[in-house]
Amino acid sequence: MPLTKRKRAAYLRYAQYVLILALAAVVVLAADWGVLRDKFFNPDIIRDQFPDVLTVALKNTVVFTACGFAFGLALGLGLALMRLSSVGPWRWLSTGVIELFRGLPALVVFLALGVGFPRAFPQYEIPGGQLGTATLALGLVGGAYMAETIRAGIQAVPKGQYEAARTLGMSHSRAMVSVVVPQAFRIVLPPLTNELILLTKDSSLIYILGLSLDQYELTKWGREGMNSEANLTPIIVVGFCYLIITVPLSIVVRRMEAKAGRAR
Amino acid sequence: MTTTDATQGAPAARDAAAIDVQDLHKHFGENEVLKGIDVQVARGEVVCVIGPSGSGKSTLLRCVNLLEVPTIGRIFVEGVEVTDPDVDIDALRSRTGMVFQQFNLFPHMTVLQNLCISQRKVRKRGKEESVEVARRNLAKVGLAEKESAYPAHLSGGQQQRVAIARALSMDPDMMLFDEPTSALDPELVGDVLAVMKDLAAEGMTMMVVTHEMGFAREVGDKLVFMDDGVVVEEGLPSVVLSDPQHERTRAFLSKVL
Repeated sequence: MPLTKRKRAAYLRYAQYVLILALAAVVVLAADWGVLRDKFFNPDIIRDQFPDVLTVALKNTVVFTACGFAFGLALGLGLALMRLSSVGPWRWLSTGVIELFRGLPALVVFLALGVGFPRAFPQYEIPGGQLGTATLALGLVGGAYMAETIRAGIQAVPKGQYEAARTLGMSHSRAMVSVVVPQAFRIVLPPLTNELILLTKDSSLIYILGLSLDQYELTKWGREGMNSEANLTPIIVVGFCYLIITVPLSIVVRRMEAKAGRAR
Repeated sequence: MTTTDATQGAPAARDAAAIDVQDLHKHFGENEVLKGIDVQVARGEVVCVIGPSGSGKSTLLRCVNLLEVPTIGRIFVEGVEVTDPDVDIDALRSRTGMVFQQFNLFPHMTVLQNLCISQRKVRKRGKEESVEVARRNLAKVGLAEKESAYPAHLSGGQQQRVAIARALSMDPDMMLFDEPTSALDPELVGDVLAVMKDLAAEGMTMMVVTHEMGFAREVGDKLVFMDDGVVVEEGLPSVVLSDPQHERTRAFLSKVL
């Protein structure tokens, strides 16, 4: 006897529940909980991590990311305005920079700045030491992505806004600064926050630059801890530290998107 | 016409008309939207431009303050040639108020900020003076109590009146209206028209693209009927509306009246 559509959908749903339960059972039964506890969630090692994992590693991750994001935001805005310029060379330059740093893996950018630059120009030095180099590298990577986001945001502001500003006698740049860009930033706040989450994770690549003990960020901290303890617990701890930063940020993004959705 | 006249906005030889459009052509690619327009607006005059959609009347208005760049022809505003490549267009626009169909208030600013921003940044007025001017103009359009509201919390009619007050806060020599009531619910049209009527009574020079025949008849000093990129007929509103001379005018009026 053929099933009705609704019945078939119901059976299919039950089948999925059963499948998920079965998978969970396999995991629970197959895992060696004693080893897991000892190697991944060792209470003694967890206790040893605090408070330094927060006051040193988490703090450094936040500082590196914040500096890189701030520089990237300024760079992204500049590149977006250049991209929209009526002057050809500005557009070409910004397109080149955007495509280059969007196309390269972040690791390659870090290697280029941290290892390549000092060899190519031994007489020069990137100011600000490790933090300066990290800011530059993270900013270039993030800025290239943010430029395209901001450009889309500027173009999403209705043309009438720009025209109204010009009609009131504002110059092109005054109209952009006072009227168009503030509205564009409202539009792109959710994707920019996503970019901040991505940069938080990209900051783990800073280890390439070689860090002193008090400069360890989360990933480096976790790796060093893992090696010295011969135990994976430190990695689990820093993993949670990343989530402490990123999960609230994604909740903020979801709220903003919901709000923007209602406003429309 | 010399460039010094253009930059200082001083009335030159042709001081008779507030707006003088001569042989204006506008192409959008292959499409010729305006095919040789001659229109004059005298100081203190209210000129209403009517015509079917696509006739080029909005484009004509947008050419007057160079939101659209004319392909051929010359336009003088208060004796200054707008179409002169050396003209200081920002200074000229700051003296030419424009009101749009879609209001175009700045949504991230309060009503008061909307009215003050260009006074501060373009006219370089101080904070107190600009607020005073803004409040005076808000009172004029009957919205004094809305100064700290954001545009999104106002009705369409209120937004349009704020837009008029914003333009007036720059103390313009003339006002351009681009279908100011076309995006409004019918019951809100009256308030906006009343504000425009008051403005006309004060002697403001106005060029109004509109579908409001009642307003044109009552307030307009001159009616310009455009169709297919040309001025078909112009004259006293009462005369054109009741006794149109051209077949195209008759056909249009029979549809809208």
